Amino acid sequence: MTAILFPLAAALTAALALAFAGPAAAQDAAKLDSGDTAWMLMATVLVVIMVIPGLALFYGGMVRAKNTLSVLMQVLVVFSLMSVLWAVLGYSLAFSEGNSVIGGLSKAFLAGVTPESLQGTIPELLFAVFQLTFAAITPALVVGAFAERMKFSAVLWFLGLWLFACYIPLAHMVWGGGWIGAMGAIDFAGGTVVHINAGVAGLVAAIVLGRRKGYGKVAMPPHNLTFTLTGAALLWAGWFGFNAGSAVAANGSAALAMMNTQLATAAAVLAWAFAEWVIKGKPSLLGAASGAIAGLVAITPACGNAGPMGAIVLGALAGVVSFWAVAYLKRIAGYDDALDVFGVHGVAGIVGALGIGILASPSLGGAGFGGDNAGIGAQLAVQAAGVGFTLLYTGIVSFILLKLVDLFIGLRVSDEAETEGLDVAEHGEAAYNG
Amino acid sequence: MKLVSAIIKPFKLDEVREALSGIGVQGITVTEVKGFGRQKGHTELYRGAEYVVDFLPKVKIEAAVRTELLEQAIEAIERSANTGKIGDGKIFVFDLEKVIRIRTGETDAAAL
Repeated sequence: MTAILFPLAAALTAALALAFAGPAAAQDAAKLDSGDTAWMLMATVLVVIMVIPGLALFYGGMVRAKNTLSVLMQVLVVFSLMSVLWAVLGYSLAFSEGNSVIGGLSKAFLAGVTPESLQGTIPELLFAVFQLTFAAITPALVVGAFAERMKFSAVLWFLGLWLFACYIPLAHMVWGGGWIGAMGAIDFAGGTVVHINAGVAGLVAAIVLGRRKGYGKVAMPPHNLTFTLTGAALLWAGWFGFNAGSAVAANGSAALAMMNTQLATAAAVLAWAFAEWVIKGKPSLLGAASGAIAGLVAITPACGNAGPMGAIVLGALAGVVSFWAVAYLKRIAGYDDALDVFGVHGVAGIVGALGIGILASPSLGGAGFGGDNAGIGAQLAVQAAGVGFTLLYTGIVSFILLKLVDLFIGLRVSDEAETEGLDVAEHGEAAYNG
Repeated sequence: MKLVSAIIKPFKLDEVREALSGIGVQGITVTEVKGFGRQKGHTELYRGAEYVVDFLPKVKIEAAVRTELLEQAIEAIERSANTGKIGDGKIFVFDLEKVIRIRTGETDAAAL
């Protein structure tokens, strides 16, 4: 009797279980999570705030009064231009199926990206617009390197071309299914794709454009460090959207990214301020604010994989190394990277991208290595490959683009315009009218 | 009539103004200026780049006075603007040819 009843009962139970399990079991593959979606909607807004007004004010306060508007304008318009280019073509080339280097055209004009299509647990549209903010902030960062001397038209042409030649391929190679990501390189929120990328482009641009008139002889102190601090603070707060948002989910990974971001940044502020205090005699606000940005940049690739104590170490290291790059390397090498795009974004980005090769190790509190990498040695090699490729690729391509734009329309403003100030010369307005 | 022009440290402005008021000088013109004499500037630090700031903020006071009041005016400024430290400033005295009050057309002594 039991021999028949038992299997029957089991079968009945199983049938019932299946009947009620229905929805969850069948749609485990892709389901919209409103928690993730809500967070990512907010994260996107936070990154927008990082650019306008964050970056705009951070940079605007550091230039001379006669060039304030030119920087604000460049950031605002570049941000807007990249937004449109991304939607029309960029998203597809970065994130659609392609090869190991670039995506395809299947999603050009956002074709097929509807309010119903999903990317993981969030709407694909949301993923696309979140990534849009990354694509738009990266060229905006470059603006700082050639501040106070580049023609507005040349800025737009150079960065518009650069988006497609440098940002999008790198984004595809690291995040969109390309070879760098396939190697198991760790770049959680864009240390390589955004910061090293922008840093190198900035360095090349600073060199190709040449130094500002009077550089080294004429005093060019920041005209409003209150703006700069305000901008830095908006960048810090907004960066939580940049870093924690790169978890593309409202979960523990995002929480780790947030904690790491806060700790690394704080450590970097302290590191730069103390380094300056000890070496130069007085700690400056510009130094502390720059330290914050260096920390934010360094933790960007590492925030999802390092442990919190590792984040503190990384931030402190980035603060000191960036301070060195800005206070010593720049002077020794002689280039006029006006707002230290390479010194802060490039150098701290390199520190972070290499540092996570070590800090990802579980023995150091990390969340583990990427891909098939078995240890620090393997991960570090992969990180170095990504960094090295970016330095070479973006360096060379940026140079070519600059020379091209120079050939057609010229890069630099005239001597008179530079002396008068770009606000009046390029934009016909003054930032301060009594 | 004389035009007394004095370069002083900015924070001394109120004291000098009161001192001049006290001796009967009823109007002064104040300009914010920059300058240096034998007082050295200071060094400012921006991202590791040091700038020596030579031009220090000062205030220039100009007052038109009757010649009889000149010595008192000079003494009043000297006394109130003095700190004993380098950078206190200088007083310049110019001959004043003519003074006109715009509202009424009064001239010279009546306009002071």
